[in-house]
Amino acid sequence: MAKLGKSWGPLHPPAEDTTERLAKTDLPRERQLELYRFLKLNRMTEERLGNLYRQNKVVGGLYSSRGQEATSVGSAYALEPQDFVGPLIRNLGAILVRGVKPREIMMQYMARSDSPTGGKDGNTHFGDMARGLVAPISMLGALIPVMAGVALAGKKLGRNLVALTYIGDGGTSTGDFHEGLNLASVLHVPFVLIAENNGWAYSTPTAKQMRVKSIAGRASSYGIPGETVDGNDVLAVYEATKRAVDRARSGGGPSLIEARTFRMKGHAEHDDAGYVPKEQFEEWKAKDPIDRFERHLLNGLATEEELRRIAAAIDEELNAEVDRALASPFPPPERALENVYAEGVI
Amino acid sequence: MAEGGQITYLEAIRQAMWDELEGDERVFLIGQDIGTYGGAFRATAGMLERFGPERVIDTPISESAMVGCAVGAAMMGLLPVVEMQFIDFISCAFNQIVNFAAPNHYRWGQSVPLVVRGPSGGGVRGSAYHSQNPESYFQHTPGLKIVAPGTVADAYGLLRAAIHDPNPVLYFEHKFLYRRVKDELPAGGVQVPLGKARLARAGRDLSVFTYGAMLHVALEAAGRLEADGIDLEVLDLRTLKPLDEDAILASVEKTSRALVLTEEQRTGSVAGEVAARIAEHAFPWLDGPVTRLCCPDTPVPYSPTLEDAYLPNVDKLVAKVRELASF
Repeated sequence: MAKLGKSWGPLHPPAEDTTERLAKTDLPRERQLELYRFLKLNRMTEERLGNLYRQNKVVGGLYSSRGQEATSVGSAYALEPQDFVGPLIRNLGAILVRGVKPREIMMQYMARSDSPTGGKDGNTHFGDMARGLVAPISMLGALIPVMAGVALAGKKLGRNLVALTYIGDGGTSTGDFHEGLNLASVLHVPFVLIAENNGWAYSTPTAKQMRVKSIAGRASSYGIPGETVDGNDVLAVYEATKRAVDRARSGGGPSLIEARTFRMKGHAEHDDAGYVPKEQFEEWKAKDPIDRFERHLLNGLATEEELRRIAAAIDEELNAEVDRALASPFPPPERALENVYAEGVI
Repeated sequence: MAEGGQITYLEAIRQAMWDELEGDERVFLIGQDIGTYGGAFRATAGMLERFGPERVIDTPISESAMVGCAVGAAMMGLLPVVEMQFIDFISCAFNQIVNFAAPNHYRWGQSVPLVVRGPSGGGVRGSAYHSQNPESYFQHTPGLKIVAPGTVADAYGLLRAAIHDPNPVLYFEHKFLYRRVKDELPAGGVQVPLGKARLARAGRDLSVFTYGAMLHVALEAAGRLEADGIDLEVLDLRTLKPLDEDAILASVEKTSRALVLTEEQRTGSVAGEVAARIAEHAFPWLDGPVTRLCCPDTPVPYSPTLEDAYLPNVDKLVAKVRELASF
């Protein structure tokens, strides 16, 4: 077998020293500070979830997006209120941007009665069409055709909306990735797919998922635009997604964006990621998306004191969110049998 | 369609879709070769011309994406009808149906008013991939509804009801019946409610529970058995999920003998579920073993001698009935 270079493959070459130079943007200061708030909210909510996990309050597994916050936040921030998102398990940042409350996610993880699914499902596996949110399933790729269908319906109903979903480097190996992206292209629907290349699919490095060097390059197979973006630069992710979303909204069809980032923890909390070479973590720690954005903001857009105040306000908000989440009981056992079917006639 | 005239089972299916497209702008069709070509069996003939490419959508050969896309549109409030060119290909969309469409309402309260329809069944020398009866794969999945019409009125009425059901409905039409069954369609676009079996023939001595093409086998056998003095009751299940358990048990209570006749491979079949419910809930009334006549546990064979050996037919049913009646 041909040697592919480092064990984690060609998609993750050593980091270049681009740390301080983020993508150009026309976003005003206030909106950049809002982006910062969402990045911090994403990370700090997950830190609270980590605490709850260690206190045995989380019923199932806990999945972290540490290191990938800029990809979720930057992409979702490019959407309009009428748009739809189908998140994956690590896109907590995307649903926070879309207005989901941290307590909703906490209650999901803790399987409480007042969680959006009433304890029927966990983690980010919930949706609310009224809020433009489609619930994911664990089978990767499945949301791609589903969101293409949301986009198709949006077009038919004249709602001027764009549907956006995510896939990981591992998920690009599924049949639905191909079928869904191809169908979206053929139907020419307003759809954007963000491929988060975070280096690892559980314990499998990207080089074992594919022999091509670029996921974005696969867009050419479907006759749609593809773009690779620094997934740890929230401005770059925002700008690239905005271009794709605008194009989709104006009738230009779907796009594929590859965001190169890194999963800084294991697949889930139980997994120590011992299979990831230590130097990779070190390399990407230096490219931490929140640290980078802070340095960008401190270079004339905000003071340390302002950023501290934002974090302190989030901290206070999360105290209240944790309390409210913990106050919710487990669901009553009889709920286990309820609502298998929708009733009535449509 | 001539007013008041007889139409085929296939024409009834086409008419149901036509009436829905005319009457409800939320309804659209999606599938392979359904537009320009009008469908492999002509179920959608003329619809592209009448309703346009926005409502009669031809897709690539991507069953999973077809269903996934329809599910997304259904959640947005549209009423998609997906055509599988042959129902055998529904296996390619298995994940979208059983893991996404089916549990969404339970998991997060989102209804998915989706219909997936297509030609099922054997007897047309279609071999292993154009003859299947996949209902039992889906019978197991909470959140799905399954219908399988055996008559013209049900082909029409169940499809219209399925389109307006807020749940994902799998509509398994039987291709053997397409042009063989003809009848008058009841006037007024009558819907047939899901979940209700139909008493196809009232009888005293023995109940046959069946659906689809086997309904006609049962009715023919009943005629032949009359001469022997055996009076068959035939219950057309027509909705397989949820099963009309009340109707099934009421029939067993009346006749005390139960035979389940289906065109599926026996193991893990819908017939097995019907038999189990009778055994569980109607045991005190039974005068003989709950009996099944199904296909053997083999793939569907091609050659006429082999497929005839594989499928249930009137002779096999008559023999089974006599056996059971002797208890």
